[in-house]
Amino acid sequence: MEQEKIDEIISRHRTASGRLLSILEEIQKAAGYLPKQSLVYLSKQIGVPLSQLYSLATFYSFFELQPVGRHIITVCQGTACHVKGAPRILSALEDLLGIKREETTPDRKFSLTTNDLEFTLNTARCFGACSMAPVIRVDGKVYGYNTPEKLPQILKRYGWREK
Amino acid sequence: MKISNLDALDEIKQQGLKKIFPGKPRIAVGLATCGIATGGDLVFEALKDSLEKRGLDVYLAKVGCIGYCKEEPLVNISFPGKPLLILHRVKERDANSIVEALTKGDVPEEKALCRIEEWDHLTSKLAYGSGFENVPRYSDIPYFRYQKKLVLRNCGLINPEDIEEYIGIGGYYPLFKALKSMSPEEIIEEVKASELRGRGGAGFPTGLKWSITRAANGSRKYVICNADEGDPGAYMNRNEMESDPHMLIEGMLIGAYAIGAQEGVIYVRAEYPKAIERLELALQQAEEYGLLGDGILGTNFSFHITLAKGAGAFVCGEETALISSVEGKPGRPRPRPPFPAEKGLWGMPTNINNVETWCNIPIIIAKGGNWFAQTGTDKNKGTKVFSLVGKVDNVGLVEVPLGTPLSQIVYEIGNGGTGGKKIKALQTGGPSGGCIPASLFDTPVDYEKLKEAGSIMGSGGIVVMDADTCMVDTAKFFIEFTSDESCGKCIPCKEGLQMVHETLEKITRGEGTQGDLEVIEDLCDTIQKTSLCALGQTAPNPVLTTIRYFRSEYEAHIRDHKCPAKQCRALITYRILEDKCTGCTLCARVCPVAAITGELRKPHSINPDLCTKCGSCKDVCKFDAVIVE
Repeated sequence: MEQEKIDEIISRHRTASGRLLSILEEIQKAAGYLPKQSLVYLSKQIGVPLSQLYSLATFYSFFELQPVGRHIITVCQGTACHVKGAPRILSALEDLLGIKREETTPDRKFSLTTNDLEFTLNTARCFGACSMAPVIRVDGKVYGYNTPEKLPQILKRYGWREK
Repeated sequence: MKISNLDALDEIKQQGLKKIFPGKPRIAVGLATCGIATGGDLVFEALKDSLEKRGLDVYLAKVGCIGYCKEEPLVNISFPGKPLLILHRVKERDANSIVEALTKGDVPEEKALCRIEEWDHLTSKLAYGSGFENVPRYSDIPYFRYQKKLVLRNCGLINPEDIEEYIGIGGYYPLFKALKSMSPEEIIEEVKASELRGRGGAGFPTGLKWSITRAANGSRKYVICNADEGDPGAYMNRNEMESDPHMLIEGMLIGAYAIGAQEGVIYVRAEYPKAIERLELALQQAEEYGLLGDGILGTNFSFHITLAKGAGAFVCGEETALISSVEGKPGRPRPRPPFPAEKGLWGMPTNINNVETWCNIPIIIAKGGNWFAQTGTDKNKGTKVFSLVGKVDNVGLVEVPLGTPLSQIVYEIGNGGTGGKKIKALQTGGPSGGCIPASLFDTPVDYEKLKEAGSIMGSGGIVVMDADTCMVDTAKFFIEFTSDESCGKCIPCKEGLQMVHETLEKITRGEGTQGDLEVIEDLCDTIQKTSLCALGQTAPNPVLTTIRYFRSEYEAHIRDHKCPAKQCRALITYRILEDKCTGCTLCARVCPVAAITGELRKPHSINPDLCTKCGSCKDVCKFDAVIVE
């Protein structure tokens, strides 16, 4: 990520309260994840130790330190979704995309990307869209009332093809 | 323009009212997150297109969500002098017929859910008009009849992206009253008289909290809005921010003036992008109108609000963890005292309240604390918004007076279980709460009574469960949640919850042994007694309440290796009944792992070695030929 872009993000966040997380969020929004060189540069520019930035990036589940796929699919794991079948939705997506939760990274952060870098599958605690449970989100668009059978239709809109 | 006197405020009010009553038809589409996800945005665009094509002079607006999520997308239509009609389940393809009817001065009545002849926004009363006698009244709809809207009174009726509509229905008048005619002490007295208690779940008296922060020494003071609505199954704060953001801002302004704070922070979770977008816009508009910033309403009171975004950590709902997070540190709680009221954000006195608590403030100032205290019960005043979700027919947001029995919420407002199924239990308070069995549904919703039942009020999520919900699995779900979200500071919470989770995992696999429940209870007792913050102290509640009320379900898993709800995958098998199967091949086609085989028009069978028990075959079978054993 370009240094000018990082400078620009820093310049828009002047108030101390909430500043660090907001800057990290914007870098992730622009780059898709938090590239190492961006964190190193940010650390120098704002005078916050790299270790503190790393600690934030690993503490908060929202942040990714690895590149993610072109489309991000997030499965809501809230209570309403759980009782209405979210575990079935997640395992159906694992089957359809050919990736498994058991293969997740050692930090137990559940985020997996397909080999062709097209899709990243992860989970969220609750979108607050409980009335439409079970819910998934693809690239910011929320899809409600899901069943395993409906998922292929949704995935096809994002270029997924049956193997 | 900056408002500094009553005339200027009145002038904006008139402008706002002209948008609500534009002297021509007004169409408003419910566009909160849930409305958009069900296609409300497509309906909005289709209506816009259709109106433009016909060149019709109609005021098209966005509104938030009135809370009847099951019936979305919702569209409001009003004609001058006629009642406001709420249309439900409106599809993109309905846009043309709606506009068609409008050209004739009519509406498609068959799409109308109800009509509103007049509406009490409490800060003002709006009279729409009469007519459309065939359409049921708002108060005739069981979902609405038993509700009392204080906090949600504007949601779904005004445009949350337009400050003038909020002022149009009397918004920011309470702030004007507070700044121009009340002393900070008088405001705190009013809040004390209302007996309002914190709506984040703990129920601490708000007025008392304010007076402690006001009295604390510090060169600066802060107020914070906790909008990190982390309880899964709870989304009332999201709607309050998306549908009526100015009510929250006004509440914070009044609080800041009473407490003597110069800076405010709204800490909102990153999972709520729409709420963030609307709050940003609302803050910007409030500044433009001189209601936020320096010299508010022409007085010498100055106050600034910053939006701080969370990043996916449940523990940040705990106030000291939240403060750490705002300061740019990992959200780990610290011991109290000192409480934030004495030493909070950046070491300064800080008052933290939940979104809904702040939203109650303007009306308390407008109508008085005694007026507010008329609603509710002895120690529980006012209303509470609940998100009624899970296996209940009418899902949505429900606001009722505190003290309303759970049965009324679930059966009369919620219309009972989905598909007429019998309800087994409900869960309140998120991962810190507990499961309450149907036999105790006469319990009134108040802070103390829910606690007696082993649960808590929490922030207001009510998740309904029926016979198909396994209570052991539910307990495991919550423990997995809290175990994952534990910040790792206290060993009993971090390691203890993991041990409880492993034991529950074992039980749901059918490998439980006698004595497991005693081990779990023992661990839970230690976790409750030795954790620093509420996350650990309350995390055992879902397990302890399910053991208390549904012990037989645990025993069925342990002793008989059976899951009565037929949910635990290790304990069930899927089978196709030969005499019922017609060989339509539908199940074989949806099976994601090709475990089902058979010839066309001949009974199929499931290979148990390949079957992942996803249940797709059972879902699609039209002949009830797939059974779970």
